[in-house]
Amino acid sequence: MDILNALAAFLNFVFIPGLAYGAQLALGALGVTLIYGILRFSNFAHGDTMAFGTMVTIFVTWFFQSIGLTAGVLPTALLALPFGIAATALLVLATDKVVYQFYRRQKATPTILVIVSMGVMFVMNGIVRLFIGVDDQNFADGGRFLISAGDFKAATGLAEGLAIKGSQAVTVITAGLTVAVLFWFLQKTRTGKSMRAFADNEDLALLSGINPDRVVQVTWVIAAALATIAGVLYGLDKSFRPFTYFQLLLPIFAAAIVGGLGNPLGAIAGGFIIAFSEVMVTYAWKKVVTYVLPADMAPDGLLQLMGTDYKYAVSFGILILVLLFMPTGIFKGKAY
Amino acid sequence: MSKNLKLFLGVGLLFLATGLLLSWNQALFILNFGLVSAIMALGVNMQWGYAGLFNTGVMGFAALGGLAVALVATPPVGEAWRVGGFGILLGLAIGVATVAAGVALWRRMPKGRNRALAMLALLVGGFMLFRWVFDPAVTAVEAINPSVTGNLGGLGLPVLLAWPLGGVLAAGAAWAIGKTALGLRSDYLAIATLGIAEIIIAVMKNEDWLARGVKMVNLKERPWPVPFEVNLQQNETFLGLASTLGFDPVTGSSIFVKLVYMAMILVVLGLVIWLSERALNSPWGRMMRAIRDNEDAARAMGKDVTARHLQVFILGSAVIGVAGAILTSMDGILNPGTYQPLRFTFLIWVMVIVGGSGNNWGAVLGAMLIGWLWLIVEALGPQLMGWITAGMAEGPLKAHLVDSAQHMRLLTLGVILLLVLRFSPRGLIPEK
Repeated sequence: MDILNALAAFLNFVFIPGLAYGAQLALGALGVTLIYGILRFSNFAHGDTMAFGTMVTIFVTWFFQSIGLTAGVLPTALLALPFGIAATALLVLATDKVVYQFYRRQKATPTILVIVSMGVMFVMNGIVRLFIGVDDQNFADGGRFLISAGDFKAATGLAEGLAIKGSQAVTVITAGLTVAVLFWFLQKTRTGKSMRAFADNEDLALLSGINPDRVVQVTWVIAAALATIAGVLYGLDKSFRPFTYFQLLLPIFAAAIVGGLGNPLGAIAGGFIIAFSEVMVTYAWKKVVTYVLPADMAPDGLLQLMGTDYKYAVSFGILILVLLFMPTGIFKGKAY
Repeated sequence: MSKNLKLFLGVGLLFLATGLLLSWNQALFILNFGLVSAIMALGVNMQWGYAGLFNTGVMGFAALGGLAVALVATPPVGEAWRVGGFGILLGLAIGVATVAAGVALWRRMPKGRNRALAMLALLVGGFMLFRWVFDPAVTAVEAINPSVTGNLGGLGLPVLLAWPLGGVLAAGAAWAIGKTALGLRSDYLAIATLGIAEIIIAVMKNEDWLARGVKMVNLKERPWPVPFEVNLQQNETFLGLASTLGFDPVTGSSIFVKLVYMAMILVVLGLVIWLSERALNSPWGRMMRAIRDNEDAARAMGKDVTARHLQVFILGSAVIGVAGAILTSMDGILNPGTYQPLRFTFLIWVMVIVGGSGNNWGAVLGAMLIGWLWLIVEALGPQLMGWITAGMAEGPLKAHLVDSAQHMRLLTLGVILLLVLRFSPRGLIPEK
């Protein structure tokens, strides 16, 4: 019995990675859910919007690094982030003007809009691959570890190390700040309130003089910011590869739907539910269990429910269960 | 001359020009690709054009067709069957039985805490039993000669048999998926099928006992009556023909093989079109369109919408599976790493929408046109970019531009899709 070591191993391999991943998914799901709430379609191009924003941020980061501008212990990418957000906002606003606006005026069905977003996905994917290629890009710098495994072992005398990567700390703090600002904006400001009114009842909002074009534009800018932040944090934590960002679409949608599409609070909860399920189902529990159980009962196998390659199957399984048993999600989104 | 005939002639001219300007070998390669894609597009058209079902899991069904080829055509590995065949089959049976028992339990027991607890116990117990039986068998099978086999092998039957069986395999998967996901709203269905396709690929990549995973399965045989190029080049009659007609036997054999494939694909394609057209113009087809255009009205007329949706989902997926099997047997290799959603799902969707959803001939035309564009940009893109950048100094920028030319096709296709959706949403050959 060694509860402390088991706890350290659990925190190190399950809780902290899950927390960081959950924060990234939550930010992505927030973007999807906002677009769904205001524009009323599932945006298939969201993964590639994230990739675009991250790409611009990477380029600006490289530029800053080349002129010797860094953020000290923090990653340089945080300095470059505003530029990435601005570029992505311009791109999605232009896309809305050229592509989506026409269908909105036509009152096209959500399915048509999804297919249109598929076309936008192709274009954005093409742009990203054209500029940065298909390979892995690593752009993390600054402090590697907040607490390194060795320091932790020396300080506590435990056999298990507990490492907190700099990128994980940056992810959780940045995501927390972003969500706080977003909710303040939605709850307190006039524009935020008009957005919520528009999402609740479009006709009533129009009657009370809310400018729909402005609401839509603000929504796109916020979605672009969320997508870029989520993408950059994911890239810092793991690495940037265009195809991975496309694949993130599945867990992100799963998070948004599990929480209830159109519900921001639900998107955050959904992000963490999906992330922790993925990590817990694909983690080999042997180490933790060995510490908890008496020595003669130690398990032989890895105690891994599923291989890590099946992590998408986990998010998908939760998605299907939620859709079958509570189609509006845990937090009652607006599934019509 | 009707407009549609002109469109087909125009696409024909594209292939003719490719043959004359590039090479006939390449033109035929692109043509075969277009024809197989046309079969897939017909499958998607059944689901989307007839019934309005938004299936973004095309890649998964095509991959299942490819899997069928490996499972049918490779010889069985006797040793592997002896050590683990029974365990694997029993494990899979336990898995299926657990799910079936779970569904039955959910339906039979009254709602409440007891049902939830019983369900949990059943699933946890079933899963542990499954792993206990399944895992040792898999380890045993994968340990046998892993550099050559390491899997159970196939049935050792002719490759041609895999074409219909690929359809059957895809249809079986479609039944299971349709049963759970078809009741969902259209964009949920899209996300669900997108996810299922990813999972099918993940299974094919990681379950080595099935079809060697990423170690790939090489096919030693070809579907009857396609010959191997090497055999042709030693064939007296063929060599005689080559010297009389004056063509190079090496290129000639490659072209001959492609022509045989083309004829076979054309037979399948013709059959699928004929059946689809018959179905579309029958009372069944009218009913499908009625359901697509107004589900509630169709339901009020006593039509079983859910059953019809399931039916057309299975039929369309089976057609995609057949096309997937043809593609893999033509490649001669099953490599799960090559299945990419952009290439196998979204490209087919672009074909259907550009050609004209709801119209079978439109889907075929779209497949030929977009298939040509997709491969010709791959072939000519770097060359074209080379000309564009000819004036530039040699350096990393030029190298990067030439290198990235192949990604232009994603951009091009996206723009084409958006333009068609905006200016001609009914496609090149609209539904009548």
